[in-house]
Amino acid sequence: MPEQKIKHYQAGTFVVGNRLLDPEQRSVQARMERSNSLTSGHRACQGCGEALGARYVVDAAMRATDDKLIATNATGCLEVFSTPYPESSWQLPWIHSLFGNAPAVATGVAAALKAKGRDDIRVIGQGGDGGTLDIGFACLSGMFERNDDVLFVCYDNEAYMNTGVQRSSATPPAARTSNTKPVGGQPGNVFGKGKNAPLIAMAHEIPYVATATVAELRDLEAKVERAMELRGARYLHVFVPCPLGWGSASHDTIRLARLVKETGLFPVFEAEDGEVTSVSRIRRPVPVEEYLKLQKRYAHLFGDPPNTEVIGQIQARADRNIRNFGLLPEGDQSADLPGSAADLAGERPGETDPIGTAEGETSLMRLLASSPHGPQ
Amino acid sequence: MLSIAAFSEGRHAQAFPTFGSERMGAPVTSFCRIDDAPIRIREPISDPDALIIQDPTLLHQVDLFSGLGDHGYILINSSKSFDELGLGEFVGRFPRERLLTVPATEIAREQLGRPVPNTVLLGGFAALSGLVMIESVAKAIREKFSGTVAKKNVLAAERAFGYVQDEIKELARA
Amino acid sequence: MRRQEEGSRAVAEAVALCRPEVISAYPISPQTHIVEHLSDLVRTGDIEPCEYLMVESEFAAMSAAIGASATGARAYTATASQGLLYMVEALYNASGLGLPIVMTVANRAIGAPINIWNDHSDSMSQRDSGWIQLYAQTNQEALDMHIQAFRIAEEVSLPVMVCMDGFILTHAYEEVDIPEQKQVDAFLPAFRPRQLLDPAEPVTIGAMVGPEAFFEVKYLAHAKQMQAMDLIPEVASGFAREFGRESGGLLRRYRTEDAETIVVALGSVLGTIEDVVDHRREDGEAIGALGIKSFRPFPLEEVREALEGAKRVVVLEKCLAVGVGGVVSANVRMALSGIELRGYTVIAGLGGRSITRESLHRLFDAAVRDELKPLNFLDMKTDVVERELSRIHQGHSSGSHEQNILRDVGVVAAEPH
Repeated sequence: MPEQKIKHYQAGTFVVGNRLLDPEQRSVQARMERSNSLTSGHRACQGCGEALGARYVVDAAMRATDDKLIATNATGCLEVFSTPYPESSWQLPWIHSLFGNAPAVATGVAAALKAKGRDDIRVIGQGGDGGTLDIGFACLSGMFERNDDVLFVCYDNEAYMNTGVQRSSATPPAARTSNTKPVGGQPGNVFGKGKNAPLIAMAHEIPYVATATVAELRDLEAKVERAMELRGARYLHVFVPCPLGWGSASHDTIRLARLVKETGLFPVFEAEDGEVTSVSRIRRPVPVEEYLKLQKRYAHLFGDPPNTEVIGQIQARADRNIRNFGLLPEGDQSADLPGSAADLAGERPGETDPIGTAEGETSLMRLLASSPHGPQ
Repeated sequence: MLSIAAFSEGRHAQAFPTFGSERMGAPVTSFCRIDDAPIRIREPISDPDALIIQDPTLLHQVDLFSGLGDHGYILINSSKSFDELGLGEFVGRFPRERLLTVPATEIAREQLGRPVPNTVLLGGFAALSGLVMIESVAKAIREKFSGTVAKKNVLAAERAFGYVQDEIKELARA
Repeated sequence: MRRQEEGSRAVAEAVALCRPEVISAYPISPQTHIVEHLSDLVRTGDIEPCEYLMVESEFAAMSAAIGASATGARAYTATASQGLLYMVEALYNASGLGLPIVMTVANRAIGAPINIWNDHSDSMSQRDSGWIQLYAQTNQEALDMHIQAFRIAEEVSLPVMVCMDGFILTHAYEEVDIPEQKQVDAFLPAFRPRQLLDPAEPVTIGAMVGPEAFFEVKYLAHAKQMQAMDLIPEVASGFAREFGRESGGLLRRYRTEDAETIVVALGSVLGTIEDVVDHRREDGEAIGALGIKSFRPFPLEEVREALEGAKRVVVLEKCLAVGVGGVVSANVRMALSGIELRGYTVIAGLGGRSITRESLHRLFDAAVRDELKPLNFLDMKTDVVERELSRIHQGHSSGSHEQNILRDVGVVAAEPH
């Protein structure tokens, strides 16, 4: 991931094209000749994180493959809003088969291309958290285990959104969904450990696993580019807020994606062959309330009095991620999370924090090195 | 292999096992039909004309002889005689020269180094029944196995063939 | 080349001759020998180029075949029973998308209770899935049908399942004539897909279709099966010309022309039936057999023509539509609507129970005397059933039917004291 130092008065620029970067380092979206694979006219909600993520991911993959890409897609929001009969938003070859088989269909496409000697054409599979982590999980794991030449992308909005916001294995603790309502004394989704798909992917020791959010779109693109440099099974887990399902404002989508990283709730990292290779550090650690408060699905935690116990448990998860992944720069005490309350948009003057990569061992790396599945 | 042997002589043959969940040590039956006309029927054989008993420990546990015709052939894998096997009374109904034993497991151990009597029994059966020629049995063995394994199995089968032929000659003299 | 070969291996060789490009394999009895032999053939380069995928479930097997077929590769898989059910969602997807996948179904009963032996309940359960269904009578026909299947599938853009009786055919050694590669190449040209995932010409496959168009899309599947009804006999005649033997087609009439009694059946049991028919003909009885080869599309007209001259029709089938009776006989009845004759349904061979000549003779004796009921169960142990029914009647905790019946027939030991 390239980095470029900027002057302090240039800080605060979140412009996508980022004219301050060299042209080669700019986002795919800044180019006239972008493939626009998910073109306009689809039916996504205002502020849909998945539409944003998918457009970036597929365009980046198209550029990396010289427009030679075939996509498979699971049933879900992305599939439904992008192909309302008789129209389609997709400008690349694209197939939707079933809910649970997008990885297996991708396996079949890759096998056919191999049999035909077309190793210039690459394959991308796409699905939401439901289609990838639940009903499609066996197919996903099979694809990983066989090391099929597929990049599978999971757009995680933490519930079955297309069918009306039901809980999936990716739904975080305490979140409200249509079947985990905070009624009868239960604080939303039952407090469990969830299903850590990126770690499970790493346990298969596939060539590349990465997480990303739609707050850092250039980072997302860079990860797609990196993935497409490699062959074999690759997995990209993208955090995509859903305003409708989360009860958040449609203009808060990118803000929420930034906050989920900055709280430590969603570690952003890369791994190759089962080992973490880089971690994206938190710039300004933020207490989880700042993130939770923007979403109605957590509103029941902020009643009168607020449910400090559950909020505390959520904070503890964030703190644990920060420790395990080494999400704060060296020397930072994870216990001292500076408050950030009011100024979410501003940077502290004088700081020029690039989106850096981790040097040296993180505790997660150490953890993985000592496990039987770690690299030896 | 028996069906392959018959086929190589220009006859029609159909062979199939009874099927069960795969399990070592369980009794298993297989069937073979041989005919000059094409074989169309598909049912298991309930009235055999010949029986090859590979595992004599089954003799008094399962009714192996049910349905066997009066002119049936029986070949039992054993170094004991029919009397010693406790079948003396039973064999009264049948033409004596059609009921023989052959120590196939022992022959197999000596020739193949393994107690696997299958091909050996086929050699013996060829001699007993004359339904297939020993050359055809050898051909079938060579189709299923290769190299030294095939060679050794052919020799073992031929040895059983000779053994049974001698047994028949002795009975005829008696 | 004529050989004495195991059915599964013969089918594998036939599939290999069709030059599949992607084979997805998940094992289930009794199809295992097919996918095992295909694996060997791919490894030794006998099938080339070909990708052999060892997938994680039957659902994945059919899904991978879908992806491969949509990418223009000739795709094949095989399954049976529970495996077929596990891929049902994908079956409908494949036929709905019009992908010419060919699949072997090694017919096996469906549990519960779990049973690995032959009957037709598996493929019959999918008769409405949109797949073309062909039923083989012998191993020769099974291997021939696979070659024909690829041709039919690709011409009409529908998937085809070739059904062969598990164990009875798959595991039987009998003589087969395995064609030469160049014969098959002449008969089966390279796959030219109707739709293709191709970056040079992007298309969207699998979009949602609402009430304004679903009806028409669905009807097209039916229309294509009607086309297949013409194509199947054409392909069979072409096959006969090229390979020199009759195989496949819509149905097979055996001594039905002047028959008063006609027995209708599918699959390997027809061999036994034809044998019995010959015996009874020698005794002067006017009896014949009708073998249905193509069950989907169902040849209503041809079945009608074959049966309309008879006095009585006995449909012998290896599946049971629980709650109503016969599956095949319902379709046969449709063919005979408006025609007066006596029709009898005989459910036989469920879960692999042997159908013997002796039983068939007894059955046909009763049939010709019109002593059969409309719905009959061949060689079923009615006393065992009665006992279990009375147990149920006596109390709620009567236990599992399986355990009680297995104990009754002596397979499982009686209760310990």
